[in-house]
Amino acid sequence: MEAEKVIEVENLVKSFGTREILSGISFNVHRGENVVILGKSGTGKSVTIKCIAGLLKQDEGSLKVFGEDVNELDEDALKALRCRLGFLFQSAALYDSMTVRENLAFPLKRVLKIKDKAEIESRCIEVLRSVGLEDAIDKMPADLSGGMRKRMGLARTLIVKPEIILYDEPTTGLDTITSKEISSLVLEMQEQYDATSVIITHDIPCAKITADRVLILHEGKCLAEGTYKELENSDNEFIRSFFK
Amino acid sequence: MPNQIFTAGLHNMADQVYFFKSFFRNIFKKGFEWEELFRQTYLIGYKSTGIITLTGFILGIVLTLQSQPTMKEFGAESYIPRMVSVSVIREIGPVIIALICAGKVASGIGAELSSMNVTEQIEAMEVSGANPVQFLVVTRILACIVMIPLLTIFADAMALVGGFTATILSGDITAKLYFTNALTILDYSDLLPALFKTILFGFAIGFVGCFKGFTSNNGTASVGLAANSAVVTASVWIIIIDAIVVQVTNSILYS
Ligand SMILES: Nc1ncnc2c1ncn2[C@@H]1O[C@H](COP(=O)(O)OP(=O)(O)OP(=O)(O)O)[C@@H](O)[C@H]1O
Ligand SMILES: [Mg+2]
Repeated sequence: MEAEKVIEVENLVKSFGTREILSGISFNVHRGENVVILGKSGTGKSVTIKCIAGLLKQDEGSLKVFGEDVNELDEDALKALRCRLGFLFQSAALYDSMTVRENLAFPLKRVLKIKDKAEIESRCIEVLRSVGLEDAIDKMPADLSGGMRKRMGLARTLIVKPEIILYDEPTTGLDTITSKEISSLVLEMQEQYDATSVIITHDIPCAKITADRVLILHEGKCLAEGTYKELENSDNEFIRSFFK
Repeated sequence: MPNQIFTAGLHNMADQVYFFKSFFRNIFKKGFEWEELFRQTYLIGYKSTGIITLTGFILGIVLTLQSQPTMKEFGAESYIPRMVSVSVIREIGPVIIALICAGKVASGIGAELSSMNVTEQIEAMEVSGANPVQFLVVTRILACIVMIPLLTIFADAMALVGGFTATILSGDITAKLYFTNALTILDYSDLLPALFKTILFGFAIGFVGCFKGFTSNNGTASVGLAANSAVVTASVWIIIIDAIVVQVTNSILYS
């Protein structure tokens, strides 16, 4: 039996002004699956997952998450949906005016409605340990390095244990060792919490470790879809070039 | 071309009305961010206290010193405290303090929110199950509505202290005499319109700052632009509100 489809994207079209970025892409993501999206810079990968999270509105096509049309939800339903969804921003998007601890507490208080100080503290420490940042708990985001910010953003996304996690380049700007750790963290989320992940990356080793399925976007279309092995050995020169 | 400017203006106005509606609706939504409201009131009040104290104090001194020669000519020196208190409390205090806060608070809010916008922090709040309008906009506008009047009252008091300082430097007057002189002249028709006005100024400062920051374009250049246009727009609003409130209160109180 095939697992339930948690994300259904059908014929998604999105333009900014007169520039068409996405011209009809379709794919599904099943529960518990890790889908890696590859594509050249500027093809609209970030735009695609922002549409999935309801941050951008598509021009045409339908987009369902947990079987519900994202654009037809009212404010409260959208909020409820987002509580089940994690989003790692390409730029980490840490709250500049808050410390690392407050950054982590922000989603905890709102998504999981945890009020207890001790519990917040212990969860913060736990998640920071998993990204290797225990020492940074009292720092301000401005005092973190680029790679630390990235990991911190990851910690803030994972702390609420979302059912679907959208990663926008989780390993960019990290050294190979940390990249590997982050990749195994993605797998761990899948194994322990049965999380579904969509991972945008340019990092081929990360894709290799995490991907159950790979999707290649090119010029606003889905160019290819398949397992890592299949695409790596594809007959198409262009597709193979992503894996070199 | 004029046509385009006209439609752009209409669009902008529609955006502002929409923004106001969303602000207003979110005040009453459950999950009000009390903690953030207190933090904002503290920040707005605390950050501006220094400059407000200085401005108020010097305002009182300058008004007193400047009117002394003329008033002396008419032998009306004893009217100076009353003149200072009425002019500061009715008009100069609220407007000057509001203009200073437009420079300090509105630009600060504009820059802060637009930089959050550029760095995707507002979107991040949205996906973290928070309502950014509720968390960022409602708290800031309400904090301005509360703090700008308080800052103005404080500045008015400092202006009287400044006026008193200038008076004892040039003549003999007891504090008791000065302040009874200055305060007994005031009645509710001086105080209420002034208070009402500062509440509107507070709203204008908060609203313009939030609107400019929240609706800024992408790109870091827009941060400076948002801060700048927040100051300019808020200042213009303040002058316009001042003119309107004068007309309205005059027609209510003196007709
Ligand atoms: N808010 C926006 N307004 C206008 N254009 C936008 C906006 N967001 C994205 N774009 C445009 O859409 C295109 C795709 O952007 P996107 O961020 O999705 O690229 P990407 O595939 O994620 O690239 P990268 O790998 O470099 O992150 C870009 O050309 C960008 O200029
Ligand atoms: Mg991107």
